[in-house]
Amino acid sequence: MTKHIVKAEAQEQPKRRPAARVGLTAAEMGASQREISVSEFFTKNRHLLGFDNPRKALLTAVKEAVDNALDACEEAGILPEVLIKVEVVPVNGVKPPPAQATRFRVTVVDYGPGIVREQIPRIFAKLLYGSKFHRLRMSRGQQGIGISAAGMYGQLTTGKPVEIISRTGEKSPAHYFEVQINTKTNEPRILEKKQIEWENHRGTQVSIEMEGRYQKGRASVDEYVELTAIANPHVKLVYVNPDGETKVYPRTFNELPVHPREIKPHPYGIEFGILLKMLHDTKSHWLSGFLASDFSRVSPRVAEEICTKANISPKKRPRDIMGPEAEALYKAIQSTKIMAPPTSCISPIGEKAILTGLYKQIKGDFYTAVTRPPAVYRGNPFIIEAGIAYGRGPQQGVEEKRKVPLAEGEAGDKETELARVIRYANRVPLLYQQSACSTFQAALDTSWRNYGISQSKGAMPAGPMVIFIHMASVWVPFTSESKEAVADYDEIRKEIKLALQECGRRLGIFLKRKEHAKSEFHRRNIFELYIEEVVEACKRLKDGKLAAEKLKSQLFKIAMKRTGGEKTDEILGKKGGPEGLPDSIIVTAEGVEGDIPALQEPLAGEPEAAAPESPAPAAAAPAVELELPLALPPAKPAQAKKAAPAPKKAKASKKKPAPKRAKR
Amino acid sequence: MKTKAKGSVASRLIGLADLVIEAAERGKDPTINIPVRALSNVKFNEARGIIEMGANKQARSFFNVGMAKKFMQTMLVGDALAELQRGELTTSLREIYYRAKHTLQDSHENTFDNQNESDPIIEDLEVALAALREELHVRAENAGTIVGPLVLVDDGDRVDCAKMGKGGYSVPSIVEPDYVEISKCTADFVLLVEKGTQWNRLAEDKFWKKYNCVLLTGNGQPPRGVRRLARRLHDEKKLPVYVLVDNDPWGYYIYSVVKQGSINLAFESQRMAIPTAKFIGLSSLDPETYGLPRNVGIKLNEKDVSRAKELLNYPWFQKKPWQREIRRMLSSGLKYELDALASKDFQYLTKKYLPKKLKDRDWLD
Repeated sequence: MTKHIVKAEAQEQPKRRPAARVGLTAAEMGASQREISVSEFFTKNRHLLGFDNPRKALLTAVKEAVDNALDACEEAGILPEVLIKVEVVPVNGVKPPPAQATRFRVTVVDYGPGIVREQIPRIFAKLLYGSKFHRLRMSRGQQGIGISAAGMYGQLTTGKPVEIISRTGEKSPAHYFEVQINTKTNEPRILEKKQIEWENHRGTQVSIEMEGRYQKGRASVDEYVELTAIANPHVKLVYVNPDGETKVYPRTFNELPVHPREIKPHPYGIEFGILLKMLHDTKSHWLSGFLASDFSRVSPRVAEEICTKANISPKKRPRDIMGPEAEALYKAIQSTKIMAPPTSCISPIGEKAILTGLYKQIKGDFYTAVTRPPAVYRGNPFIIEAGIAYGRGPQQGVEEKRKVPLAEGEAGDKETELARVIRYANRVPLLYQQSACSTFQAALDTSWRNYGISQSKGAMPAGPMVIFIHMASVWVPFTSESKEAVADYDEIRKEIKLALQECGRRLGIFLKRKEHAKSEFHRRNIFELYIEEVVEACKRLKDGKLAAEKLKSQLFKIAMKRTGGEKTDEILGKKGGPEGLPDSIIVTAEGVEGDIPALQEPLAGEPEAAAPESPAPAAAAPAVELELPLALPPAKPAQAKKAAPAPKKAKASKKKPAPKRAKR
Repeated sequence: MKTKAKGSVASRLIGLADLVIEAAERGKDPTINIPVRALSNVKFNEARGIIEMGANKQARSFFNVGMAKKFMQTMLVGDALAELQRGELTTSLREIYYRAKHTLQDSHENTFDNQNESDPIIEDLEVALAALREELHVRAENAGTIVGPLVLVDDGDRVDCAKMGKGGYSVPSIVEPDYVEISKCTADFVLLVEKGTQWNRLAEDKFWKKYNCVLLTGNGQPPRGVRRLARRLHDEKKLPVYVLVDNDPWGYYIYSVVKQGSINLAFESQRMAIPTAKFIGLSSLDPETYGLPRNVGIKLNEKDVSRAKELLNYPWFQKKPWQREIRRMLSSGLKYELDALASKDFQYLTKKYLPKKLKDRDWLD
């Protein structure tokens, strides 16, 4: 941001210069030059923060408030529970329907640690104020602009202050604040503060009234909440949308993410200007001490080495190093071999948690997740995680569809649905600028055809597929301040591709198995279906004079004899149902073979715990959850499945024909 | 004769059911043997000058995963054909497709997905049951036209093909004596034209009147009705048959089908082929002889070239003049449409080209 402001100032001067000829003196010019406050700057450049249009503004406000709430809870070691409420604000006493409303109130409540009274105004009504900017540790927010910018946007569009209630514990009182931002000075203006009664023992509630537009679909608040639930299965989310409907996203993973540790900057990641500032600000008296203590992965020996390379005495006072010497030092740092930064500062979501999140929110037949080992770009450690949810899941609709006979040409109809990519940076869903994002590019780059998924050139792979990509880092390189797309660093893209390839490989195995099972089923069914037809045709040919049942049973007998008989039945049965696979499987790093046991771990306890808590709407696939316990002992679902298509078989014959499998 | 043939075809169709029943009775896999309809199973009988079907047969078994569906489809088509016999109806290929199409019980699979699946099965049954398509009561569209000094009797109606205006009489797909009788013909020869457009030109110019001939077209590859009618005129009225086609590999093949019969319907050759038919044009020599400029030629595309090379290998194209003819086209790299003659004059075909050809007896055998 500093950059932008500098630019803004720089632009003003050359403009004024030609004017000087008209008669402005340097003094006059000087008089018109003054500082631009950050708040003023953003008032004019709100798009930089994601408030470019009313629909996006509503989303950004929700997003910033939720990010803050989750960060606060996690930092305090509390499993987060967040209530999100978006309401229509009546204009002139009339409350328009949500789709037409232009004014909303966004309220976000968490049951986290709360905020001490003194800090409240500054956190919510001062830009660039916060705890996250100066440290190198993974968190959702990075710069300390978000929530105050949302408040400022509300203030600009409605003139209403931000309302905050916060309480730090049962024994402390709850504080109510109404604050606004002074856009000239970037200081908070407190309009109202008082102690109030609050039903929550602790936590924070922030409420902003603002102009906005509520529209469902892509990049909506609804999608944001859903995606947040996927990547944060340890969070319980309750979302009340403007239609007044409540959606509960229950917690499905009862572990807090590992608390990321704060690290010092890695020497490779800093820029020259920052090095100068650090040299100036350090508490160390010696250069070697400064290098060893202010950076990570710089041991005294490495510090010596850098000093020697730069040809500067290790005992020189850091403050005195400037100009050419500083440049030499910077070069020496870059050319010295230094260990990669520690990765304890990053806390990945984890494969199990991703699986749980995907499983809970997205219907599918197959889920997989991969967490890559840490990697580094520009001295910043990062971790890439990827996941895939594939398939449509066990649908009720399918049965109805089958009843409709297919018309000519319909048999070849293929779904042209393309994969959907859901992107995250530090657990925050990214909803805009998809094509500018490194993650999206990496997904395009991956050769999905290798895994049996069709993909036309320059397009996403085709199929009922959701691709999950998460980048966790102390500093995610966004392409803009509104944090919508990850910048395209080679190192990052490479890691994403590796993760996707691993996911793709597992999906390929799954698809192949499914295909195989399908063809087995097909074979065993062919004769059953065709015998019926052939016998009917014979009967008509013989003008009805035919012992059809007898012919049928004779043919069944031959089919049986020629295709391996009941043995094949057994083999097929053991594989579980007509598809040969349970409705959902999860492939984990442990391999494909252990798919069913692996399912139990993240899920077995969860659905039961969650079920009474969340009635109907939240669980995306309640039916799936019910079926899962069945999948535990591998033999049972097979029997259940067999029983289902029974009537047809009973009618046909007691014995079933089986495919040729055993013989081939 | 009519009823006798019908009875035997019907019983042959019912034989399909008996085949299944007998096999089932003995615990065997029901199998239909179908003569192979491919180049590998045709022989060129040089003495007779026609393509004949070989003895290779393909077994179509029910309990074979790869053939089960086809077997089932064969039974369904057989059933539909038997229904035609019983009802004394004729029908089209497409209607048979619809008649036999339905969704398999308890599934979303159709017996036939499109007509491309049922058409070959009808041909399979033709050869397997040694029944002609007419005998199976399957007709094609009336895709041919005839005009000339002859009188036909169709369903008892007298059709004077000299009084059919410019449009001509539409040749039915079944022209067996039972259906169409040639009651009178005073023409000297038959001219079979590939393209309807050129046929129109000749009909409009009353070419047939001036040269006393029968003008026939099949609009591309002539359908069975046209071929059969030409053959009957040749047999019954001793008329020579001349074939006028485009100068490209497809034109050559059309000529060869008229003359020797086709690979696919080799079993029909003895009924349809006219071994003495002559190729009157367009020959690859004609552009030179008649001064057609290069710019009305069309560059041979890859398909044309590979098709021409295939023709070079067919036993019935082995005569020296034919090898020369095809090679000349290949080396020129160009093909010519009949329509290109219009570059000289709209009536060039009627007034100059054909008269000269006939006068010079300039044709290939």
